Order: sequence, then structure tokens, then C-alpha cells
Amino acid sequence: MAEITKEQVKHVANLARLEVSDEEAEMFTNQLSSIIKFAEQLNEIDTEGIEPTTHVLDLKNVMRKDEPRQWTTREEALKNAPDHKDGQFRVPSILE
Amino acid sequence: MSLFDHSIKEIEAKLHNKEITVSDLVDESYKRIHEVEDEVHAFLTLDEENARRKAKELDATEDTEAKLFGIPAGIKDNIVTKGLRTTCASQFLRNFDDPLYDATVVEKLYAEKIVNIGKLNMDEFAMGSSNENSSFTPTRNPWNTNHVPGGSSGGSAAAVAAGEVLFSLGSDTGGSIRQPAAFCGVVGLKPTYGLVSRFGLVAFASSLDQIGPLTRSVEDNARVLEVIAGHDKMDSTSANVEIPSYTEALTGDVKGLKIAVPKEYLAEGVNPEVKEAILEALKVYESLGATWEEVSLPHSKYAVATYYLLSSSEASANLARFDGVRYGVRSENAENMIDMFKKSRSEGFGEEVKRRIMLGTFALSSGYYDAYYKKAQKVRKLIKNDFDKIFEDYDVVIGPTTPTPAFKVGEKMADPLTMYANDILTIPVNLAGVPGISIPCGFSPEGLPIGLQIIGKHFDESTVYRAAHAYEQATDHHTKRPQIGGAN
Repeated sequence: MAEITKEQVKHVANLARLEVSDEEAEMFTNQLSSIIKFAEQLNEIDTEGIEPTTHVLDLKNVMRKDEPRQWTTREEALKNAPDHKDGQFRVPSILE
Repeated sequence: MSLFDHSIKEIEAKLHNKEITVSDLVDESYKRIHEVEDEVHAFLTLDEENARRKAKELDATEDTEAKLFGIPAGIKDNIVTKGLRTTCASQFLRNFDDPLYDATVVEKLYAEKIVNIGKLNMDEFAMGSSNENSSFTPTRNPWNTNHVPGGSSGGSAAAVAAGEVLFSLGSDTGGSIRQPAAFCGVVGLKPTYGLVSRFGLVAFASSLDQIGPLTRSVEDNARVLEVIAGHDKMDSTSANVEIPSYTEALTGDVKGLKIAVPKEYLAEGVNPEVKEAILEALKVYESLGATWEEVSLPHSKYAVATYYLLSSSEASANLARFDGVRYGVRSENAENMIDMFKKSRSEGFGEEVKRRIMLGTFALSSGYYDAYYKKAQKVRKLIKNDFDKIFEDYDVVIGPTTPTPAFKVGEKMADPLTMYANDILTIPVNLAGVPGISIPCGFSPEGLPIGLQIIGKHFDESTVYRAAHAYEQATDHHTKRPQIGGAN
């Protein structure tokens, strides 16, 4: 594939919910380009008919009954929160 | 001689005979910490008051039957500890002072009566190979403080090497237990994927992460693994297998053991002094009645690229939880919620963490998923098949843990790819999900430790330990101790 562009880097940063300065975008553009170029060595390998790995062990889905139980209290769940009010996490306004 | 030059078994006997108390052990730990921490920086948080109280409690009890009774230990700071600050060495979590619960491994260690000395330094969110990505003060190598201790469990390895604790827990996603163990001259095991519960381990790459012990001897390592291994209903990826007695496997007998030595593990890029140490170790195995043959892991050269695509993709998803809503440091500068997410994450994460999130988000993004993520998942299968094939004919795979001894602080920070390449010999083990151990097997001319890596079949830690123990008993590398300081 072609080089990664600065616009792509900014788009990816937005998807990842990261704010990057112009300088950082420049740096990541160069670094991600060389990492991706390096990763393209995988194209040397013929993987036709190879199943992608989903799990290294032969594990199956683990099911359990969906039964409510006490894990923590509301008070405990809120104690590390940056901001809370009336027993809820509080965040800045969602709508502009 | 330090009390910590004794094995856990010897200390158990000393406690039993009332030659020493648990308080003596905890004193030894903090005394050593106060002597060396200014140079080593292995700890992020000390829990001295609680540790001393716990020691007194244990000294007052009659029942001393627990497997790790009174043993001072350190826990890597990405393993949550109830009420004890857990930061993952990230500024984002610098105020995470009050985690709600103990990780399953911590619960299991407490049940066997360890004394938790504190939380150990690491690369931020376990991303790094040198501890230089700790957002606090990076750990230094006790053998030479101008060199890195390795990473990401650099604090876990350095604390054991420097005699600050008797053992520690680390986590290993691409070599993060074995590489620092090699650099610091201690024993570090990455168990089979699924053997040890990851409940309470802050997730980095969930298909690769495993918790394991770092110790001064193979026997201590086996003893700690016996305590932390086993199925946990809180971790659906933990395997429901029977846990054998690993210490009983330490017979010293490796007659007839069939060793495979991948030619790729002694190829160009592996430092001559490291290669020499490995060939010497193989002679020791021959003298003990084992045999070895050269084999090939043809896809191992693709492991680094495969690993960085997969682990970064998983990390980009796992680290989405750090949004500044429920815990961690929230940016004060945000105007709305999306802005709050972005600013909190950008201010709280270091450069390497951002780089991996960016790489992973890119590899998973629309239009690139098949070319990068899915391709890497296919190559992962080929890497695993290489190991499966070798294990049809051999008991263990042996090679170096790292291509070089510990590098200098700052040496590899400029170029991410140079740093990533350092993990070439440890990464295939995580991709295949098999167990691997690093044990001391010599020193470079500069006096830096060299690590021997022994890799086994899925859930065959017993054979890995047996092979490691037999070599250890036939050599004296593991008895050497560092003089803390910078020699050059």
C-alpha cells in the first residue's frame, strides 16, 4: 500500500479519541508508515486456505446463567470517579 | 548474606524452627529497598504500614502451614490490589488509589499468606521492552544502572535481582516477563495461555497476556506457580485443567530429554557472546544425558510484525475503557464529552501508548482490516503450527531469551522498530500460547546477565521446570548477585 498520509493519521486519531497536535501527527505519520511498511513483509507468505487464529487453545464459549448478584455497591463504584452527582457518574454536556 | 539468598523452602524451615520471624523478613525487604531504591526505582508504591502489620499478625498465629507463609513479594502495577494504588505506570491512573477488588492471583497469594511489599514499576500499560516508557521514574538494571532492566516487567525483575523481595509477579504479552528476567539475571516464567487467571490484570492484548512469577531460583518459581495457577470462573479464557505439583517435577533428571534448537534462534542478529553462552548450556545438557538437534521455526521471522499488528489492535480496543468517566484523571480543559475523552486520553497517555493505539486503530479500520489484522491472524496460525510440528518430536525448544544482554538507557528509544526487534525470540511463544521460561546462563564480558529460554508444550510447565532446574543445579550462574551501581 501507499504511504500513510497525515490526513489518515488525523482520521485514525479521531476514531481512537486521541487529540494529536500537528507535530505529533507529523511524527506518527512517519512512524506508522515505517511500521506498516515493515508489517507488509507478511505479504510474502501465502496464507491461502489458512484459517485465522481465533484462540490458541481449543476453548469453546463459556456460558453461565444470567443471575443478578451483589458485586459491588453504588458507593464503591463511584469512589474513584472524577465527578459524580446523585449516585451517577457526571460528564460534561454531550450536546454542543 | 541476605535472608533472601535462601529459597522459599529454606525460609519456611527457618520460620518453622523460630530462627527468624516474618517481621525479620519484612524488615530485610524494606531495609534493602531503602538502600537501593534511589538507584534502582523498582517500586511505584510501597505498602509498608500494612506489610508490617501483616507481618505481626502472621508472627502471632500458630498455624504456619501456608505455601508462601510470610514471604515478602512485589506485584506488577498492572495487577489490581484492593485499596492499594494501581497505576500501570501511567499518568492516566496516577490517582487510582482505591481499586475495588484484588486480582485473582493476588487473592491466591494472600490465601497462602504472602506479605505484599508494594507495587512494581513497568512500561506504561506494559507497552515497552526497557521500562523507559514508565511515566514515573524508569527502573534501572541492578547489575549496571546505566543499562535498562528490560520490560515491561522491569520493576518485577529488578526488585528480585536487587534482593528487595523474594519473588514478584509480572505479566508477559510478548516477552515482558522473560526478557527482563534475562536482563536482570533472574528466573521468569510465562505460563501457557490460560493457565493463570487474568481477572484483575489490566488488559493489554487479551489473546496474549499471561501473569507469571519472577524468582531467584527455579524451585521458588515452581512453588509460586503452584499457588497462582488454576481455573477461575471470573476469567472465561482460563483453562479448566488439573494443576500438577510443579515442585515434584524437579527431579534433576533430564536423561533422554529431547531438545530442539531452532536455527533461527542462533542466527545473525544474535550477539556472539549470547550464542556462545547458549552453546555452552547445550553442552551442559549433553553432559546430563539430554540430546539436542537443530530444527527450524520457518515463520518466526514474521513474528514481530504479526505481534505488533495483533497486540496493538487488541490494545486499541482494551484501552478504550480509559475515558475519564469512571476512574483515572479527567482533563480539566474539556468543553463537551467527546472533547473530554480526547483530552483526558491525550494528556494521560504517553507517546508509546498513543502510537500503539493509533497502529491498532488503523489496522482494524475499515478498508485495512483484511490486509493487516486478518492477515496477521493467519500468520499467527502458521507460527503456532511450526511449534506444534516440533513438539511432535521434541520435549522442549531451547534458545536465547534475547539477542543481546541489557542495552544502555536511551540506546533504542529513538526508533520504535529497533526497540520492537529486541522481542524477536520471545514473541513467537506468546503467539503460539505455549509456556516459556528464562533462566540465567552466564554473563557478558561487561558483567551483564544472559538468559536461556526453554519453551514447552501447552500445559507442560512440568517439563520446562524440570529442564530448567537440572541446568540450574549443574551451574552456578543463579548464585551470583549484583553490586548496585553504574560500572560504565
